Amino acid sequence: MTTVRYADVEVGTELPERTFRVRRSDLVRYAGASGDFNPIHWSDRVARNVGLPGVIAHGMFTMAQAGRVITDWVGDPGAVVEYGVRFSAPVVVPDDDEGAELVVGGTVTKKLDDNQVVVTITARSAGAKVLARSTAVVRLP
Amino acid sequence: MAINRDYLGRAYELPEPYEVTRVKIREFADAISDPNPLYRDPAHAKEAGYTDVIAPPTFPIILSMEGAGQAIADPELALDFSRVVHGDQRFRYSRPLQAGDVVTCRTTITDIKSLAGNEMLTLESEIATTAGEHVVTSVTMLVVRGDAPSGT
Repeated sequence: MTTVRYADVEVGTELPERTFRVRRSDLVRYAGASGDFNPIHWSDRVARNVGLPGVIAHGMFTMAQAGRVITDWVGDPGAVVEYGVRFSAPVVVPDDDEGAELVVGGTVTKKLDDNQVVVTITARSAGAKVLARSTAVVRLP
Repeated sequence: MAINRDYLGRAYELPEPYEVTRVKIREFADAISDPNPLYRDPAHAKEAGYTDVIAPPTFPIILSMEGAGQAIADPELALDFSRVVHGDQRFRYSRPLQAGDVVTCRTTITDIKSLAGNEMLTLESEIATTAGEHVVTSVTMLVVRGDAPSGT
């Protein structure tokens, strides 16, 4: 089912860019599934009290969405050997039907031995870079 | 407030092994809106060479956050939870978690440092089967934000 092959990939190969919508309801659902009930992810009052502009997405929700760029590209999520991100800015999620927009891209930045490649991931929301130094190591057939 | 450096190396174990189930994997995959059939269809997963459905790459955070939670709640560590934010996160996989896995998670404080008035706490969680097979290591860096300078 994996369609991408190591031999076909070069440094500079771009992964298909993806746009995700993040709504308040997504955060409520993620809180329940992950067990992270920090109120800054569902209460504007609490979020503003700690100096945030309003409710923000769970960093791990953003990391999960960004990972889709990799796993949809390779097909088998088990091909991911390493995945790391730095949370550089929050994804602010307004209380409306549109929510926030998260745009994720990826570029192959290194070919390693053992059929592994390094993909560098970019993620932006409302003009801000929300992930930095984000990379995945993926093993390709 | 500075985190006590004496706690470098302190470790926290899950109170009991965690059983990975198809239902929990599906719930998590639904929550991240990921339709990948390897998370949902056991027959499909077996065809791909797995023993059962696999968990998404960020699923192990459920286990490592449990360990981080124990550290944050440790009264001797004196962390102010309301000031804790997730700084970065990295996973290193030997293989994906699969339904049916029964795993342990040991979380160790591997680094404590101060930077620009904030405290950074690094926690490393080793997730392995009860038989001792390594599955994934999760490295979590938490930032404990310092007091805002007066007048700002």
